[in-house]
Amino acid sequence: MYRILYADKLATNITRMVVEAPRVAKHCEPGQFIIAKTDEVGERIPLTICDFDREAGTITIVFQPVGQSTAIMAELKQGDAFEDFVGPLGRPSDLIDTPIEELKKKNILFIAGGVGTAPVYPQVKWLHQHGITADVIIGAKSKEFVVLEKEFREVCNLYITTDDGSYERKGMVTVCLQDLIEKEGKHYDHCVAIGPMIMMKFVCKMTKEYGIPTIVSMNPIMVDGTGMCGACRVQVGGEVKFACVDGPEFDGHLVDFDQAMQRMKMYKTEEGRAVLKKTEGATFHGGCGNCGGDE
Amino acid sequence: MAVDKLKKVPVREQDPQVRAHNFEEVCYGYNAQEAMDEASRCIHCKNAKCIQGCPVNINIPEFIAGIKEGDFAKAFSIISESSALPAVCGRVCPQESQCEGRCIRGIKGEAVSIGKLERFTADWARENGIHPEPAKELNGHKVAVIGAGPAGLTCAGDLAKLGYEVTIFEALHKAGGVLSYGIPEFRLPKSAVVDKEIENVRSLGVKIETNVVIGKSVTIDELMDEEGFEAVFIGSGAGLPMFMNIPGETALGVLSANEFLTRNNLMKAYRDDYYTPIHRGKKVVVVGGGNVAMDAARTALRLGAETHIVYRRSEAELPARAEEVHHAKEEGVIFNTLCNPVELIVDEETGWVKGCKCIRMELGEPDSSGRRRPIAIPGSEFEIEADTVIMSLGTSPNPLISSTTIGLDINHRKCIIADEDTGATSKKGVYAGGDAVTGAATVILAMGAGKAGAKGIDEFIKAKYAK
Ligand SMILES: Cc1cc2nc3c(=O)[nH]c(=O)nc-3n(C[C@H](O)[C@H](O)[C@H](O)COP(=O)(O)OP(=O)(O)OC[C@H]3O[C@@H](n4cnc5c(N)ncnc54)[C@H](O)[C@@H]3O)c2cc1C
Ligand SMILES: Cc1cc2nc3c(=O)[nH]c(=O)nc-3n(C[C@H](O)[C@H](O)[C@H](O)COP(=O)(O)OP(=O)(O)OC[C@H]3O[C@@H](n4cnc5c(N)ncnc54)[C@H](O)[C@@H]3O)c2cc1C
Ligand code: SF4
Ligand code: SF4
Ligand code: FES
Repeated sequence: MYRILYADKLATNITRMVVEAPRVAKHCEPGQFIIAKTDEVGERIPLTICDFDREAGTITIVFQPVGQSTAIMAELKQGDAFEDFVGPLGRPSDLIDTPIEELKKKNILFIAGGVGTAPVYPQVKWLHQHGITADVIIGAKSKEFVVLEKEFREVCNLYITTDDGSYERKGMVTVCLQDLIEKEGKHYDHCVAIGPMIMMKFVCKMTKEYGIPTIVSMNPIMVDGTGMCGACRVQVGGEVKFACVDGPEFDGHLVDFDQAMQRMKMYKTEEGRAVLKKTEGATFHGGCGNCGGDE
Repeated sequence: MAVDKLKKVPVREQDPQVRAHNFEEVCYGYNAQEAMDEASRCIHCKNAKCIQGCPVNINIPEFIAGIKEGDFAKAFSIISESSALPAVCGRVCPQESQCEGRCIRGIKGEAVSIGKLERFTADWARENGIHPEPAKELNGHKVAVIGAGPAGLTCAGDLAKLGYEVTIFEALHKAGGVLSYGIPEFRLPKSAVVDKEIENVRSLGVKIETNVVIGKSVTIDELMDEEGFEAVFIGSGAGLPMFMNIPGETALGVLSANEFLTRNNLMKAYRDDYYTPIHRGKKVVVVGGGNVAMDAARTALRLGAETHIVYRRSEAELPARAEEVHHAKEEGVIFNTLCNPVELIVDEETGWVKGCKCIRMELGEPDSSGRRRPIAIPGSEFEIEADTVIMSLGTSPNPLISSTTIGLDINHRKCIIADEDTGATSKKGVYAGGDAVTGAATVILAMGAGKAGAKGIDEFIKAKYAK
């Protein structure tokens, strides 16, 4: 059993948990994920590692209820436990393996949408610890969906944009990106975009025009997370890749997003659709402004 | 009733019409009287060829003699000398090409039902609460086993009986390997058989730590250098699915047999009380002809679909166990042999697969495997309607372990190179066996390799301290 040492809500429907998982905490790096299962009958749910503490042996996860299993997970409280919690899975972010001196020469931008904000955090924090301050754009539907603002402020230059303009800038993350480059004289050599598939798609379209190499984190449907089932197939540069072992991070300019978005619908039932609509937006859909959630 | 010496005592099975709609076990097995009758057909050969046909050389004439005398406990103890998972092997071994294939009784008439007798004995022992004996005392040495499939479970069980302190590390949330996630309930009951066999291994003192992916959660080098394991046995199987790389393969509704079977068997999608989603399909095409393909097809059928097997050679070459092919046909699986998919037709609008375009094949000269090579007949393309296509083309070992272990050699097929008699690999103290070494094979071969590995490890550790 993997005990939940702490649980709170970052926004009305976004839960954060600190979970005791010493083996995972000892080895994980930014960019990797875990798979959690609440009990015998639950599904295996992949979630990005949002923070970790090697000494305490803990992992922080942040998630949004999408279907039944994540809804049940959101009900768990401090002191409860997951029956299964396996990881770290996937490859660490490429940034980790790039020499620090090389990174220091670069202007790095992160673009985060909705729950995708959480997985951006460990990477930004890691850079900060290595003396690099990145720019970060957080996109949210409205003020109450902006998460981890305080944590981010401590480790980066933060730009927040909301669809309805209820907080800081107004408009989609792509508008903010365009403004930063064209109106505010910013220049970027490297971009990491994590959020809803549709947001990543449009960010990639734009960064391609600007010629900024862009990394995205794919979140397809998964079962085992070790390369055994092939459910997580994504098309990258014309080749089929397994996101759980070859990813989850890929070169965003090579990913076939349309196909990836279609594949997400594999287990989408009428019931699932209804739930998604009601809780507005699928996974990571805190509302980046680029899409109408599930439509 | 007199026993017809030329024919097997028939085994009771669930009616095909009924079982095509449920997941209960197909074969009921023998009762005591039937088992004794069948046992009486064995001629207790001096030069028992059946023993040579069994990869772990069970003393078949002796255990059958035990059944004939009604001494089932004796029969069980004879089997237990050689096999740790008889209730499993009796059910899933390809007996026709192993023990029963060599049976002298089979020269004239039908072979003795060795598999069914083994199953009877193991089931009887389980029902009567007979368990293997744990070691009297521990010898103070720690061994790690990777993977809780037949190879790992057998190796761990053997080492524990010798007094070793054994921990199995398993990547999934449940032990059993293919026995749990691959082979369906209707062929190998999970809580009634597999879980009990795993319990037996635990009762020998073996610890099973699930949710540990070796190479990710911890490496082999760390297990040995930091966690105090003196030797490691790798029984990680061959779990990576192959795809055909034909157009349309990433469409919705196209999945690997591994995904389909894992959702259904390990995560019990067929039961209402589990949350696992599964796509049932109305018309399912399963590509392949092995045990995995049969299992996927019969599962899809039970979930309510019209199910086709598409296989590129002829029926005679189907690599699946004869009994599975026979059962699949009885249940209504449709066999399209001598044809091969060339493209999957995708509905542009929905992204779902809607058909499987195949080309007809004919058999040419035998290839390196000795089977006649299938050759496409130009211009013979045709389409099978399908809303689900399950790829069951074989699997290969996962590189997660070999790529994270310093000094562990693999061959061009990504299989770990290991000595057949001891399981020794290129890395000192590291042993391996089962599908991870041979590529996809059988339960009994994996078990045999687990035994060899246990022996190799025991000799290695003893030699270390003999100096
Ligand atoms: C590598 C990876 C990392 C992830 N990290 C995070 C994270 O940090 N935080 C977070 O909140 N989520 C994350 N996700 C997504 C999360 O795993 C899904 O939201 C979750 O699996 C949904 O499970 P469920 O059982 O609640 O929903 P289900 O009952 O499975 O599905 C409900 C509905 O949602 C649809 N659905 C299923 N999976 C997804 C999906 N991945 N995206 C969109 N819709 C889906 C279904 O089709 C269905 O209609 C990640 C996914 C991956 C693969
Ligand atoms: C659907 C299906 C039907 C079959 N039917 C038959 C049959 O009828 N008769 C027959 O004889 N054989 C059959 N086989 C083949 C047989 O099941 C296998 O040959 C046998 O299970 C191999 O045993 P193993 O212990 O080597 O590997 P597996 O059973 O594959 O077990 C390996 C275990 O290792 C775990 N693992 C892998 N990587 C790691 C890692 N990095 N860290 C930790 N754990 C890891 C896996 O999760 C798995 O649990 C079938 C196979 C399948 C898939
Ligand atoms: S283990 Fe398999 S091959 Fe050996 S006797 Fe039993 S059924 Fe036959
Ligand atoms: S070969 Fe057949 S008849 Fe002879 S001992 Fe073996 S099972 Fe009995
Ligand atoms: S999740 Fe199964 S192969 Fe990636």
